[in-house]
Formats: sequence, structure tokens, C-alpha cells
Amino acid sequence: MLEITHLSKTFHAGTRNEVRPLQEVQLNVEAGSFVIVIGTNGSGKSTLLNAVAGTFLPDTGRISLAGHDITRWPEHRRARLIGRVFQNPFSGTAPGISIEENLAMATQRGTRRGLGWALPRSLCREFQERVGDLRMGLEGRLDTEIGSLSGGQRQALTLLMATWRRPELLLLDEHTAALDPRSADNVIRLTQRVVGRDNLTTLMVTHSMQQAVHLGDRLIMMHGGRIIHDVQGAEKRNLRANDLLARFDEVRRMEELDAGAAEMLRRAYI
Amino acid sequence: MNLLIGALTIGLILALLAIGVYISFRIADFADITVEGSLTLGAAVAATLLVAGVPPIWATLAGAVAGSVAGAVTGILHTRFSIHGLLSGILVMTALYSVNLRVMGRSNIALLSVRNATDYADALASRLTPSGRPLNVMGWDVATRDAAILLSALGLVVIVSGMLYLFFRTSLGTAMRCTGDNPQMARALGVDTGLMVIITLALSNFLSGLAGALLAQYQGFADVQMGLGMLVWGLASVIIGETLVRTRRLGLAITGAVMGSLLFRLLVAIALRLGLDPNDLKLITAAFVLGALILPGMLARIRTPKREAPHA
Repeated sequence: MLEITHLSKTFHAGTRNEVRPLQEVQLNVEAGSFVIVIGTNGSGKSTLLNAVAGTFLPDTGRISLAGHDITRWPEHRRARLIGRVFQNPFSGTAPGISIEENLAMATQRGTRRGLGWALPRSLCREFQERVGDLRMGLEGRLDTEIGSLSGGQRQALTLLMATWRRPELLLLDEHTAALDPRSADNVIRLTQRVVGRDNLTTLMVTHSMQQAVHLGDRLIMMHGGRIIHDVQGAEKRNLRANDLLARFDEVRRMEELDAGAAEMLRRAYI
Repeated sequence: MNLLIGALTIGLILALLAIGVYISFRIADFADITVEGSLTLGAAVAATLLVAGVPPIWATLAGAVAGSVAGAVTGILHTRFSIHGLLSGILVMTALYSVNLRVMGRSNIALLSVRNATDYADALASRLTPSGRPLNVMGWDVATRDAAILLSALGLVVIVSGMLYLFFRTSLGTAMRCTGDNPQMARALGVDTGLMVIITLALSNFLSGLAGALLAQYQGFADVQMGLGMLVWGLASVIIGETLVRTRRLGLAITGAVMGSLLFRLLVAIALRLGLDPNDLKLITAAFVLGALILPGMLARIRTPKREAPHA
């Protein structure tokens, strides 16, 4: 379904701020697979999702999705195949526009937008039903501006919008990190329901060990722009939070070792 | 009374500009100074075509279309070549100054003796009152011609506002509004945000060009300087309108821009009547817009007591 080959990206190349968030990343995701992506800060998880979404174009490598080579596609064209939920709950909805108009935008994700009504009557009933399913009491006030809603409500709506038309790939970029625990739980339950119902191929970045252990059927761990662990099948099912923490410790020790070695070399040679 | 009618008529014509500025400034979130050039371009194109004998309706439309081309160029500079929005507008505005001189061939064109859009109003007037006697409005004599022009301008503004309102409720119009509101969301839902910015600016400057073409015909001449300060003028109207209707909702906001333009023009007429030096007008307009931009923030700061930063 999603094939990423030799994907590399360097930002600020040749300057002191040079960062290489993606280095020769290889990833092959089967259709219907729910992949959890974890890693330390700056490990390249969000960059990986942004590369797939088309926020920037990679330096080298190839991304193909659902039989299309999308490596050079602009972001808005990829939206035909991809639904996204961002970390910032304010990123996924247009605040000055009503709930129903936001939803109407989502019903046309990736299609040509012409001079037909954005909000035909037939849609309004469907909006009420599916927003009612969220159990947030929003179905009665679909004409209010989204900007007046809480982060949790907006994130749930963003998830609904990203999956209104079934996407070939769903990208969730730490989509509960900015929410209070209760809203986060709600959004996670909704995520499970939507992904399970439509059998969506999903990449989900998270910092929550609990989510990483309980969700998904595959887990990849990134470090320094590379995928350093790839756990799936029975191994993923039996994974415990402590196992993950142990792996994070391992990464940290490796880093300390690297730093120590560099320090030693520096003292010996400079 | 004539002063009032004149002020209202110009207020209505410039309401088209105000709606254009509302579209670029509020809907697209883009301070587009192209309008200063496109207003003049609309006037220049319309005036040149009128002198050449083109029927007023086509000359006026051509002026508006010329304005929209200018807006599209600004949009293309901004989105396809990543030039800062304000700078793109300044480049196009500056270039338009020469273009306008080229179009007109000189720095102004008189239109009093050529057939122009006010003739349509004359025809309307003679049909309404075949006698040609002045109308009596609340004890004042009003020339039927002036009344007919005012009514035609009002009709045009109502039609244009209505069409724009409907347009912004279509899928394309909604995508344009989303692009200004949250471009990241728009792109994630498959909207080509660059294209939307170009279309929005073209639409905004279409209205500016239309306002210029009509203004030239109403005042009887097109002048290469007539666009000067028009962006701030439009902003003032939009801001007054927002204060009047107190909402950013689409339909009311468009109405507000029209009302703002009318009120602003009335205030100007009164101030001039009371002896304001016309040379000071732009300074006062700019000071007004400055005040309207910074006052809400300052008031909010005064009202909310200072709190210590919350502990993380």
C-alpha cells in the first residue's frame, strides 16, 4: 500500500544548523495495517509523516501510495489519497467557518470544487447523524463557528473530517498530545472505532507508551532519522510498556556512548 | 441635498471597492495594495474605450476585467514565486502606474462629452418622470438624473453583493474562505491554496476595477492619480462596517462593508463642508485606520488585569 524507499532529507544543508531528520528510510506498510511510530524528540517521526503528506519534497528516495508514485506530487494533490490529523487541534479546522461548512469541505477532499452549493440540504442530515455519533452535543449547533469549540471537540471533528471520504492512508501526528486526558481518551476511542470500521491503513505518531502498546498491529521506533526497531505480529501483541522503555534506555545509552567516544576522540586528537 | 446625494452615490460606487478590500483583507487575509493601481486601471481602460465609442456597459466591464488581471498577477507573484504579499502588490501597483499612463496616453481623460454609464441613468430618469421636473424628497428638490444615478448605483451594489454572497457559499467560494482562514487545513483537504489566492485577488481587483470605471464616469474624468490612498479608504470602510454589524459572518460582513463605505463618505462630506482642508483628508483617513487597528488590542489590555505567567 505505502512504500517508502531510500527516503532522505536534509534541512539547512551546509550550515551549522544542518539536520538530517530522514536518512535512507525504508518502510513498507500493508493495506489495512495500523502502524504506531515512536521515537525520541527529533528522531524524525513527524518529518516522516510530513514527507508522506507532501509538506516538503524529499532530497532522495521514492514514496508510492496505492499504486501511485507520489514522490513529486504537491501536498494538495496527495490529499486525494491521504487524510490527516495534526498535533495542534487548531490546525485541522478553519476557525472562522461553521462546523457544517468545515464538514462540507471534508466531503469534497481531493475533488474538484466548482460552483455547486457547498452545503446541499441532503448533506445536513448526514452531518447531524455523524456528528451526533461523536456524543459531544454538537449536532444541534452545526452553524456555530468552529473557533468557539474546545481543542478536544475540534480534534474529534478533524478526525471525522479526515476520514469522511475513506482515505487510502490516514496520518495521525501525535493527535492527542495537546489534549487533556479525557479528551485524549475520547479521541483515541474514536480513532480505534474509525480505523477499525473502515479498515484504514494508518500511520500514527505518539509519545504515549500506553497508546503505543495498546493500539495498532505494528510498531516502528525511529532514532536519528532511521527506523531502528520494527515490531509486528505476535511480538507487537505481547509488547509491554516496560519493553519500550527499555528500548528507549538503550537508545539513550547508545547516545551517551557516542557522545563519550566523541569526547574521547576530541581530547586525543584536538 | 445635492451634497448628500453626491456623497451617497460616491459612497455606493466605492462600496464595490470596499467589498473588494473586504475580500482580500478579511477573506484571503492579504493586505493587497494592488487595488490602488487596479482602480485606476479600471478607470483608464473604461475611459479609453468610451472615448473610442464602445458602449458604456462593455467599457465598464472591460475596466473591471483589466482590474482582475492585475489582481491575478499579484497573486501569481505571491504564490508561484514566493514573493512577500505586500511586495507583490507594490510591484504590480508601481508597474500599473506606467501601464495606466500608456492606456490613457496622457494623465487624464475627460468623459463629460462622451456617452457613458450615467446616460443609462438618464434614460431611466426620463422614463420615471417624463416631465423632467425635479423630485420632491422631504421638502428638497432633487434632480431626477441624480436620483436615477443614485438608485442605479444602489441596485448595482445590491446585485453584486448578493452574487458574491451566493458565490462564497459554493464549494469553490467555501474553499477560498478556508484558504484564508487556515491554509494548512485547506491543503490537507486537497485545496490548491495558491490557485485560491490568485482567484481571490482577481475577484477583489475585479471589484476595484469596476469601482474605478464607474467612479470615472460619475465624476466625468479618469485620472492617473485617482487610485492613491484607495486601499486605506477601503480598509476604513471595512473597519467601520465591522463596528456597525459586529460580526464576521459572511452576509452581514458584506452588508457592513457597504454601510461602512456610505457612512465614511458621508463623514468625509460633512468634514469637508465644515471646513476640513481636503489636503489633510488622507492623513486623517490613515490615522483613523491606524486607530481602528490598534485600539481594540489596547482596550483589551487595559480591561484584563495583568496576571503573572502561569507556572508550567
